[in-house]
Amino acid sequence: MSIENLKTYDPFAEADEDTGESKQAQNYIHIRIQQRNGRKTLTTVQGLPNKFDRKKILKVIKKKFACNGTIVNDTEMGEVIQLQGDQRKDVQEFLIDKKEGLELDPKTIKVHGF
Amino acid sequence: MDASEEHPDTPDRKQRKSVVFDTEAVVVEGDGTVTKMASAEAAQDTAQSHAPSTPPLHDALEAITNPNEAPVEEQTPAEDGLDLTMMKKKKKKSKKTEDADGEAAADGAAEEGGLDLTPDQMKKKKKKSKKTEEDELAAKIAALEMGEEGAEEKADEPKEEQSGDMEKGTGIFGHDETKPISYDLLLNRFFSLLSQKNPDHASSGSKNYKIPPPQCMREGNKKTIFGNLPDICKRMKRSEEHVTSYLFAELGTSGSTAGAGQLVIKGRFQQKQIENVLRKYIIEYVTCKTCRSADTELNKGENRLYFINCHHCGSRRSVTAIKTGFSAQVGKRRKMRTG
Repeated sequence: MSIENLKTYDPFAEADEDTGESKQAQNYIHIRIQQRNGRKTLTTVQGLPNKFDRKKILKVIKKKFACNGTIVNDTEMGEVIQLQGDQRKDVQEFLIDKKEGLELDPKTIKVHGF
Repeated sequence: MDASEEHPDTPDRKQRKSVVFDTEAVVVEGDGTVTKMASAEAAQDTAQSHAPSTPPLHDALEAITNPNEAPVEEQTPAEDGLDLTMMKKKKKKSKKTEDADGEAAADGAAEEGGLDLTPDQMKKKKKKSKKTEEDELAAKIAALEMGEEGAEEKADEPKEEQSGDMEKGTGIFGHDETKPISYDLLLNRFFSLLSQKNPDHASSGSKNYKIPPPQCMREGNKKTIFGNLPDICKRMKRSEEHVTSYLFAELGTSGSTAGAGQLVIKGRFQQKQIENVLRKYIIEYVTCKTCRSADTELNKGENRLYFINCHHCGSRRSVTAIKTGFSAQVGKRRKMRTG
């Protein structure tokens, strides 16, 4: 048993100093849909974590969902993956998927649109 | 049923072209009352019921526990189908009259407000089989008052009288009674007392929040008119700008307001799709997360944050501002460059 007082950790330190790092987790991934002409649609995936290589992801997605896509460099939103067709559900499943996906937390993903 | 409604992320793709806009289904009058003309069913499973209510489960259980009563109970859902389109106020009014009438009206509540009290009723019926002594008495009273047909229905009401026993603390609820009270009984007592003393609270959990279904018309080929936006906004107590900006952000389009408060949205949208978005809006910006009541107010707090104040439970929470995300360039590039 150790003596609490002799520890280097200060129990009376300001609490919010520690929480600064964990608060950054509020970066959501937004999956949106846009209507094009006719019944064509676009799906955009915005806010993917930087640790992923978008090019590789796009390559996998294109093959998997049988759609074309591109990476758009937006000044505000950063790099956005843009896919042809309504791939919202597919993308969401892909992002969550533990086996062959990105193993992301479902809570960080927000699907927009109708 | 609710699970599928709560997750409107995947619209039915097959129906895209075959859906008919039933614009005549709802007539909105000047004073805000909404009357249903046709296709009550369609509205029932689309527009309303944000708060999870459990009529199907209830029906199923009903069928299991008491098959004889099925015809009696079937009336209430049918009534409710109409009720759904009615205004919230109306329901409240009926609640208040019950309150005024007091105990006597409690029986009426069991019949009239069918949907709200259904869990109660079910438990009562279950409990009935356990407590045989009172049940016999109840059956006798019922037999005196009504014929054989009504016996089943009437048997419910003495249960309500038994709740009087709960108040007085007689019978099994006596002060010196040492017999353990079953959970069902306790739960039942809680809910019956709650519905008696405070009908608003009792119903808030399961009461549906009702808005009229959005009216969508096509303008030309590429635009959609959202007809009854002001009405819906009034019902939700939100400003039209807020709702509009949310709609545009979520649908990824733009639009404008035409005369008479109509909203013109660019792009083709069906009623169902707009309903889904409205549902998301209500979940996000209208309902109170604590008590799930829709009696809330959206205020602009300090430093650009929006807060929802609940009038019902008094809670206050911040909501995220509406943000339009990345929107890809759609249409011809040449047009974008020149224009």
